Amino acid sequence: MKKNTWIAPTVVLVVLLLIYAPILILAFYSFTDASSIGESAHFSMQNYITLFTTEELAAMIRGTLILALSVAVLSTILGTLGAMGAFYSKPRALTAYRIVNQIPVVNADVVTGFSICILLVVVFGINKDTFFPLVAGQTVLCAPFVFLSVYPKLGQMDPSIYEAALDLGASPATAVRKVVIPQIMPGIVSGFVMAVTLSLDDYFVATYTKPAAFDTISTYVVNATRGSQTEIKTALWALSTVIFVIVLGICLGMNRKNSAKEKTRVRKDRRVSA
Amino acid sequence: MKGTFQRKYLGIPYALYLLVLVILPLIVIVSYAFTDSNGRPGIGNFISFFTDPNTLGTLVYSLVLAFVTTLVCLLIAYPAAYFLAASRIRSKSAILMLMVMPMWINFTLRITALKELLTVVEGNLAFHPFMNSVIGMTYDFLPFMILPIYNQISRIDKSLLEAAADLGADPRQAFIRVLLPLSMPGVVSGISMVFLPAMTNYVVLDMLYNSTYIMGSLIGSYFSAYDWHGGSMISLILLVIICLFTLIAGNDENEGSVRGGSVL
Amino acid sequence: MSNSTTAPEPIIELRNVTRRFDDNGFIAVDDFNLTIERGEFVTFLGPSGCGKTTTLRMIAGFDRPTSGQILLGGKDISKLPPNKRPVNTVFQRYALFTHMNIYDNIAFGLKLKKMDREEIDRKVKHVLEMVDLEGFEERSVATLSGGQQQRIAIARALVNEPEILLLDEPLGALDLKMRKEMQIELKSMHDRLGITFIYVTHDQEEALTMSDKIVVMNGGQIQQIGKPEDIYNEPKNAFVADFIGESNIFKGIMTGKMKVRFCGGEFECMDDVPEGTQIDAVVRPEDVILTAPEKGTVKGVVTGVVFKGIHYEITVESGKYEMVIQSTKTPKVGEEVGMCLEPDGIHIMIAEDHTTRFDADINDDYSLEYNGKPIEADITSIIKGSTLKDGSLKDSSGETIRPENIKIHISIEPADIELTDDAEKGLTSGEIINLIYKGDHYSYVIRTSKGHDLIVDDEYLWNLGDIVGLIMPAEKMNFTLAK
Repeated sequence: MKKNTWIAPTVVLVVLLLIYAPILILAFYSFTDASSIGESAHFSMQNYITLFTTEELAAMIRGTLILALSVAVLSTILGTLGAMGAFYSKPRALTAYRIVNQIPVVNADVVTGFSICILLVVVFGINKDTFFPLVAGQTVLCAPFVFLSVYPKLGQMDPSIYEAALDLGASPATAVRKVVIPQIMPGIVSGFVMAVTLSLDDYFVATYTKPAAFDTISTYVVNATRGSQTEIKTALWALSTVIFVIVLGICLGMNRKNSAKEKTRVRKDRRVSA
Repeated sequence: MKGTFQRKYLGIPYALYLLVLVILPLIVIVSYAFTDSNGRPGIGNFISFFTDPNTLGTLVYSLVLAFVTTLVCLLIAYPAAYFLAASRIRSKSAILMLMVMPMWINFTLRITALKELLTVVEGNLAFHPFMNSVIGMTYDFLPFMILPIYNQISRIDKSLLEAAADLGADPRQAFIRVLLPLSMPGVVSGISMVFLPAMTNYVVLDMLYNSTYIMGSLIGSYFSAYDWHGGSMISLILLVIICLFTLIAGNDENEGSVRGGSVL
Repeated sequence: MSNSTTAPEPIIELRNVTRRFDDNGFIAVDDFNLTIERGEFVTFLGPSGCGKTTTLRMIAGFDRPTSGQILLGGKDISKLPPNKRPVNTVFQRYALFTHMNIYDNIAFGLKLKKMDREEIDRKVKHVLEMVDLEGFEERSVATLSGGQQQRIAIARALVNEPEILLLDEPLGALDLKMRKEMQIELKSMHDRLGITFIYVTHDQEEALTMSDKIVVMNGGQIQQIGKPEDIYNEPKNAFVADFIGESNIFKGIMTGKMKVRFCGGEFECMDDVPEGTQIDAVVRPEDVILTAPEKGTVKGVVTGVVFKGIHYEITVESGKYEMVIQSTKTPKVGEEVGMCLEPDGIHIMIAEDHTTRFDADINDDYSLEYNGKPIEADITSIIKGSTLKDGSLKDSSGETIRPENIKIHISIEPADIELTDDAEKGLTSGEIINLIYKGDHYSYVIRTSKGHDLIVDDEYLWNLGDIVGLIMPAEKMNFTLAK
């Protein structure tokens, strides 16, 4: 067992390299004046200046973020209510919830986007410029994940604490608000985060339901690839690098917090178990 | 407060939402798929799909591409997940996070990075459309294969491997007879998360200057041509494939947390 | 099999086996020496974390000793992988392969040996009969109850005809009734097969019922090895006495030839220990004789009576001591009673030295520190005749003493250390891993974060697992100087 201790780290390292080589190389060239990677180049912050000063890019990023947050809030409310409603329903209703909830999860995004577009735009005749099809469509994409994130937390909760709240004089609605929701908060939060990332990553629903004049990062990047504006193309390298750094920062922060939490939890457990 | 409040009523808004925006679109898809542009019911779209060598070829090409992509993902992800989960590497959770972190970076930006790199290596990307598609899809979906396999392997009770060794299995036999079969649910879950997107995510191909078509591209081109009926038929065929897949692979709700990018 | 009556033949020997874990330096097993004879039923008994499971895992091959040897039939096997050892294990939570049916689980080892199909079939059938689960071949693991899974786990190990069967708390997950049944069954299986059994448990009753030989362990070390009766009647130290059965343990002193004083009375005893020796006396609750107040060697007031089925458990307070007695008599709470002891009802153990010893860190300004916490002691009173002036220390002859040239050993008695629930307070902190009631106070074993075990006496009750700070008042410390 001990002889081949180098294999595991090597495999892990190679895979990490595969995953990160393109991102890191692009990040490197984002700080140069090269118009395509591999070119000899000089240090330059021009891409970052373009990224933060071009109004078109700024509007696109702002729009993407506002959209993601609105969709996430809406999805979190709907998904959480849905999970609670399903959890407290009869088995048959629960099964129906779970099956229908699973459809957007397993479905291809192209099909989800296309079907929402037909229903809302073609059948109901809703104007895409109202943003309604876009928000509704991305919510279909995100809310089921909130549901899946909250639902297990309800199962882990001690059912008698709701009854304890009623016993102590809370009305059912107050008990849900003051006792159940705080208990499932971790699930709600992680559902919200998932919804944000799914919306930010979405291309298909956006492209089928968005107003013509509006772009998310995804649709913008795809169009830019087809276009020939070098300046914009390399500014997107800078955007990619910025997002990479932000995501990396969040991940490292979360990882540190979790390992700290883990440590204190272990200690607490030991005290409690005695 | 009203005396009639019941907790199950909390689900009503979501139930309505699912009804209108999940069930209803599916009904619309089915009805559009079986009507022509004049609204007359018929199976014309169905017949033309299966008689047109182009569309049929696209279906076959998509299946082959998805199959190869899934296989390549599996060949990279399994060793990565296995060695990470089974080894004594420290700070596993941090490394796992690094492996799946690309999930949270917009995929169009990641494919841009890949495209730039591939261009340097290959020159003109148009010369190797199939290979580039496989590379692009693998690059995009690899984390979705690693995460479920890792989760499954790290869930396996270590004493099962000890029991195998105790009963005379050498490490290779213990891997083949015990660890591999027990890790299968993770593999199945990973396959179902890679195979379908690989049939449909045509943006990856577009961005790599690829002129080849997959099933998703067909929907895209029907959409551009305002042919709702043709697009619906493609969607329906994809839905049937998804249903078959879900039936075979079993419906695993853990997928939700994987696709949603929840590691913890 | 017929080797039970022949001369004892060692099957497995552990020599100076130590297991230290790399990541935290924790010593799970500390210089362990044991010889087990062929056909014996040996039990490793001890509280959780005492090293019993680690020892078993080293015999099975899942863990390697950091140092020392494990000899099987005279050959060192400590570096052999588990699949090459003629030893099989019954795991704590069974470790049955859920992706296989019962037949494949049991046949797993035989198939690896490339045995032919008919023979495997025959053996599987036979072993299933042995565990009373005939016809279960096609069942899946998930359909079995805990007790049935347990039997399959035993069958899966036994079918390989191991030289030694290792059982790691195999009955821990079963309910009480099932556990009793399985105890009897395992014992009779052992008698029938003649295979050596090594059994790990923390349940003293289980160990006493089943074993030929018990190895009591604590803190990675063997406390006592012996037959069940010997362990019960002649515990070697307070830990064993407290862990096995119920007992009253008192601090005392020998007052003459076979005379001992404890609990406020003087008693005759059977152990010949020199006069003046500090001892711990063990008195089993069932050995205390209740008498009229004036007839007892000591008297006390009844503070509690609890009916336990066949007897009453009576708590008597005598001065500052408390004694638990099992008797069929029923005195009333508040009643005065006398207590007598027969000499053979007293077991004398020579008290161990529990002084805590450590070295102080000496700062440049000659203040003392440990763990980064100051020790309020004046160095000039430790080094006789020295004076501290302008930041330099001079001895009686006027020569400068540099801090790095001296070492100060500190020792402190268990009763002088105070416990606090603020882990940051005090010189060090640790977790309570064991506690023994000694008549008028508790004796705690506290494992510090560095893995050292300290003994602290305290009259208040703390819980196992509590993290406590250890306050060591400087005035209670004993300082010795070393150059």
